[in-house]
Amino acid sequence: MTADVIAVSEVTPERFQPVQERGQRAVFCGLTSIIWLHRKIQDAFFLVVGSRTCAHLIQSAAGVMIFAEPRFGTAVLGDRDLAGMADCHDELDRVVAQVLSRRPELKSIFLVGSCPSEVIKLDLDNAAGRLSREYEGQVRFVSFSGSGIETTFTQGEDNCLASLASDLPADTTSEERLLVVGTVPDIVEDQFRRLFSQLGIGHVDFFPGSQSTDLPAVGKNTKLLLAQPFLGETLRALESRGATLLPAPFPLGAEGSEAWFRTAANAYGVAEEKQAAVLQPPLQRAKAALGKYRSELSGKSFSMLPDSQLEIPLARFLARECGMTPKEVGTPYFDARVMAEEVPLLPSGVDWVEGQDLDPALDRVRATRPDLTVCGLGIANPLEAEGLRTKWSIELLFTPIQGFEQAGDLAELFARPLRRERALEVGSWS
Amino acid sequence: MELTLWTYEGPPHVGAIRVAASMRGVHLVLHAPQGDTYADLLFTMIERDGKRPPVTYTTFQARDLGASTAEKFLNTLQAAYDHHKPSLLLVADSCTAELLQDQPGTLAETAGLPVPVVPLEMAAYSRKENWGASETFYHLVRAVLSAQRNAEEKPADQGSSNRRRTVNLLGPTKLGFRCRDDIQEIQRLLQSVGIGVNVVAPLGADINDISRIPEADANVCLYPEVALTTCTWLERNFGQPVIRTVPLGFGATQDFLSELAGVLQVDISAEAVADCRLPWYSRSVDSTYLTGKRVFVFGDGMHAMTCARVAQQEMGFEVVGLGTYSREMAREVRGMAKELGLEALITDDHMVVEQAVSELRPELVLGTQMERHIAKRLGIGCAVISTPAHVQDYPARFSPQMGVEGANVLFDTWVHPLIMGLEEHLLHMFRDDFEFNDHAAPSHLSHGEGTLMAVEESNVVALAGVRWEDGAEKELKKIPFFVRGKAKRNTERYAEERGLTAIDIETLYEAKAHYSR
Repeated sequence: MTADVIAVSEVTPERFQPVQERGQRAVFCGLTSIIWLHRKIQDAFFLVVGSRTCAHLIQSAAGVMIFAEPRFGTAVLGDRDLAGMADCHDELDRVVAQVLSRRPELKSIFLVGSCPSEVIKLDLDNAAGRLSREYEGQVRFVSFSGSGIETTFTQGEDNCLASLASDLPADTTSEERLLVVGTVPDIVEDQFRRLFSQLGIGHVDFFPGSQSTDLPAVGKNTKLLLAQPFLGETLRALESRGATLLPAPFPLGAEGSEAWFRTAANAYGVAEEKQAAVLQPPLQRAKAALGKYRSELSGKSFSMLPDSQLEIPLARFLARECGMTPKEVGTPYFDARVMAEEVPLLPSGVDWVEGQDLDPALDRVRATRPDLTVCGLGIANPLEAEGLRTKWSIELLFTPIQGFEQAGDLAELFARPLRRERALEVGSWS
Repeated sequence: MELTLWTYEGPPHVGAIRVAASMRGVHLVLHAPQGDTYADLLFTMIERDGKRPPVTYTTFQARDLGASTAEKFLNTLQAAYDHHKPSLLLVADSCTAELLQDQPGTLAETAGLPVPVVPLEMAAYSRKENWGASETFYHLVRAVLSAQRNAEEKPADQGSSNRRRTVNLLGPTKLGFRCRDDIQEIQRLLQSVGIGVNVVAPLGADINDISRIPEADANVCLYPEVALTTCTWLERNFGQPVIRTVPLGFGATQDFLSELAGVLQVDISAEAVADCRLPWYSRSVDSTYLTGKRVFVFGDGMHAMTCARVAQQEMGFEVVGLGTYSREMAREVRGMAKELGLEALITDDHMVVEQAVSELRPELVLGTQMERHIAKRLGIGCAVISTPAHVQDYPARFSPQMGVEGANVLFDTWVHPLIMGLEEHLLHMFRDDFEFNDHAAPSHLSHGEGTLMAVEESNVVALAGVRWEDGAEKELKKIPFFVRGKAKRNTERYAEERGLTAIDIETLYEAKAHYSR
């Protein structure tokens, strides 16, 4: 469950030798994943069992109170729960009933563990089982941990999908199935489906889908393609159901998208001519879109503070397709299996960091002064105020960036702060 | 356990961070897991702070649980001191760390750091953000002043009546509502009447400033949610009277100056508020249309109460609902609501507030960011008067709420969402014109932003068992659409109270006569 380090020496070539740091971190916890998960899974409610801090975190990270009545909420623990004056399971049942009375149309409720619920060892797996039996045929309950002591940021999605993986129906047919794993925006899903269909890859499921009741079957004929680079636990859970991974780089940028689709096409024995016929048009569009940005970004340096696990594929994209020069790239943790096809593509001469120690890391950014620093929301403005240009990384999770048609949009996210610096005449940043 | 969808206040340790971030040379070491670092973005994104708040989080993880979290805290404390070299350290637990019972306060005392260390108990499972800010400010002031009280006594220089009187302005913080501008305005006001400002704290103060607090003649409790506990302690221990009137609104600013004059034994000329434009703007004929506009007021205790007074007495609105999420201020808010003939709404559940707003159908909502969204959904105009607020409520321009200029700002801000007086008449006269139809919003507002959309029939749920006859329904449509919702609601209530099952034209006009003011 924890993000413990996998021995990097087994798989990593010389160009990927991260320095490990243990110190103050500046990352969200896994609860933040709820912000995009609840938009994707439209018949589910995410009920965090935690503290006022959890509730405040989610609404602050979401941009503060934007939806009418959100499909997420927090069962806030109080003194009475902690002192044992109230039975936490009775209380949870009451809160669940409250949620369902407001939203009787819900099909699933995710009980999401938090730091406080884990420290007091509140057994949410057990609660999910009990509630599933109680609401049998109406609502399914699934539990996962989004706590900050167990998870960072995007690991919330990993734990969510891993816990759903055991609920997927078993596939008993002999039909080949492709399962695309990881939340992608609907528009990206639709583009991907069209391309798979043109390649002649018949049965394709996306996990998670928009309906929690519509779960894809999984079995020994299921092939997995990861759409997001933070799904190590989900991968292991699906493999235990018999599925096999198609190792591929992630579909970020023209190169990543092509390699990703070709991996699937090769596994399905799609002829080279057909692959070229289907993939060349979007590939050329993506390259044309990127060409405009390459002139803006080429030769610019960047650093990335650890945040979402997207750092490694993004550094590959920015270096190889945009011509940028990485200085220091941090990632919260390194999962060698998930990153296996990315590492050989990484540029050399990069200072890789695994984990974080915030103050020294900020001092290094101040010393190396990259043209662009990719970092979390809390740090961006302070660096701007010191004359450094930044890109907030949370946007990379909320914006469609995957696939051929989004390659240009992805480059735009990094080009815009630099263009803005050139455009403004209100005093210089540096 | 309490189901919370959106919250008005963060946890108490966010209040502690607000106090630390407001001051210079103060650093907070917070024993907390990694996710709690989200608090940084409140300051850097909502208030656009150019610096990270001065807080170091221990960011312990599951693998640290057990014996080593205490060690992690001590290492973090030392590293934070070495890196930031503060003149005072605050030490606190967040909610999760409170459960570990590592006692960071006690641990910090053993660390032997060369600066004062102030331990805080944040009671994360029963208290909230403003309480946390209040506790932090109180313990910080107490720690600094108690240490020096033994060393020196306050000079008894009260003799000369010509001596320039000074006050402290207490309570403004980062992420407070318009604190930056309020302080500037109140300092200007005090300067204009010859009263000096000794210390402003926490915002902008350092430890040296805190140690000079006792030198002032009185403490102005500008933001009671944060400063009242401290002011009360200072009154008891240093004999400093507390100025309790918050100068928000024209009348309150006058009362504030009167209270100052009485407490400080000085003459203050009424000229000080003479250049305020609110009184004339409000008496001006074009403001007649503001008369009796139904207003719902909700916010922290201080802002809700001061704004309710302005709404009622200075704008000529009718306050139809008053409430607060500040339980600490519940008694005062209840008292004021009673004076207005209302029952106060004391809740931190925004769904309860939404219910109240949709039942009362006010024409304007004065509230927080939360009520802004409620009002938007219900198609009612809204002005934000209190935290929680979003980035647009930390404006670039000078925009105080307090003092003379503050009153001017309130007039402009609250009138803006309402349909302009003359425009209201024109809309009535030309209501059949294709451009001035029932769905045209005020020209200065984008679609859906203003009060005008409030009364679309579809939004008004008909009471069960009451049927509108055709003639009455046609007559209803002749009523100007901006009051039609109220007419429909009143008629239905009238019919229901009399056990009628159908509404005809007679019922409509009987109800109109019954409810006419």
